Amino acid sequence: MSGAALRGLSVDPPRKRMTPSRLSMHTPEGNSLRAAAVTAAEPDGETSPELASTQAETPAGEERSAPEKPPSPPPVPGSDADILARAQAGDHYAFAQLYALHKRRIYSLCLRMVGNVAEAEDLTQEAFLQLHRKIATFRGDSAFSTWLHRLAINVVLMHLRKKGLSVISLDEAMEPTPEEGPGRSFGAPDLSLAGSIDRLALERAISDLPAGYRLIFVLHDIEGYEHNEIAAMLDCSIGNSKSQLHKARLKLRDAMRTIPRREGRR
Amino acid sequence: MNDQTNKMTCEEFQAQMPELIASGENASAHPHVRECDLCRALLQDLETIAEAARQLFPVEDPPDRLWEQIESAIKQQEPSHG
Repeated sequence: MSGAALRGLSVDPPRKRMTPSRLSMHTPEGNSLRAAAVTAAEPDGETSPELASTQAETPAGEERSAPEKPPSPPPVPGSDADILARAQAGDHYAFAQLYALHKRRIYSLCLRMVGNVAEAEDLTQEAFLQLHRKIATFRGDSAFSTWLHRLAINVVLMHLRKKGLSVISLDEAMEPTPEEGPGRSFGAPDLSLAGSIDRLALERAISDLPAGYRLIFVLHDIEGYEHNEIAAMLDCSIGNSKSQLHKARLKLRDAMRTIPRREGRR
Repeated sequence: MNDQTNKMTCEEFQAQMPELIASGENASAHPHVRECDLCRALLQDLETIAEAARQLFPVEDPPDRLWEQIESAIKQQEPSHG
């Protein structure tokens, strides 16, 4: 996907990926800077008690003491900024336009995070209902798409918590079982992925991951969040996030090495 | 890298992999990876998976009825006018 349009109502990913290695999204320095940003984030003046401990309510980038910005010129009629401004003012048609612009991305995010169509539909609906309630609080400190994206993630995380996916279960998911322990990932080099992966097979393998693994893999490797951000969202340690991501990738590797032999690579 | 790093077993290396990868260092330059075909293949596979995940993009549209449901719920939430 193009990394170009990241402002306004862009439906591109929430953050640019600064990738010093192909497996890691950040430098340690960048990590600490992002950590500061995450720590500074706060709900948009309406902290949900359920989320207060996780900072999960706040779309990224809305910071506590952001300096006042100079006044922006009025948006061009019909532009993304204009649609947003009208939706914030209560224009129902503009809100429908926002939905049309962002529905695919938000639904895909929900679907990947929960791996279930019916739940993804419910969560998409809830995300846009929350958006409708909170849109007036968006201050433009971050791209709207980033803010909405984080709002949707919060909705999914709340849902998963209600279903019982806790940090405890995340930690338990990290404990290696005898068949998952170190060394299991070894295989003959001729069984390696050889640098090519079928997208549909990968999507399927991701949806088959255990919930905890899937959550962290989606947040880190697909959505581009850093470990410190994920740890804050999930209320777990950064080490847990790193370990669980690694396990998720190992599981995917196992799945991807099986699927091509069974079904043939496309 | 010291001599101890060079003599690392596969299990020891794998135990360090999550941290090594997350650090952003070039894991493929690790002495053990340079010496070990299996761990090199493992690392390459994980890189391939991470790279492929980065290329995934939203492909699913929600069903059309979802907007109708959202619209209906919004109307219920809004105070009635007039």
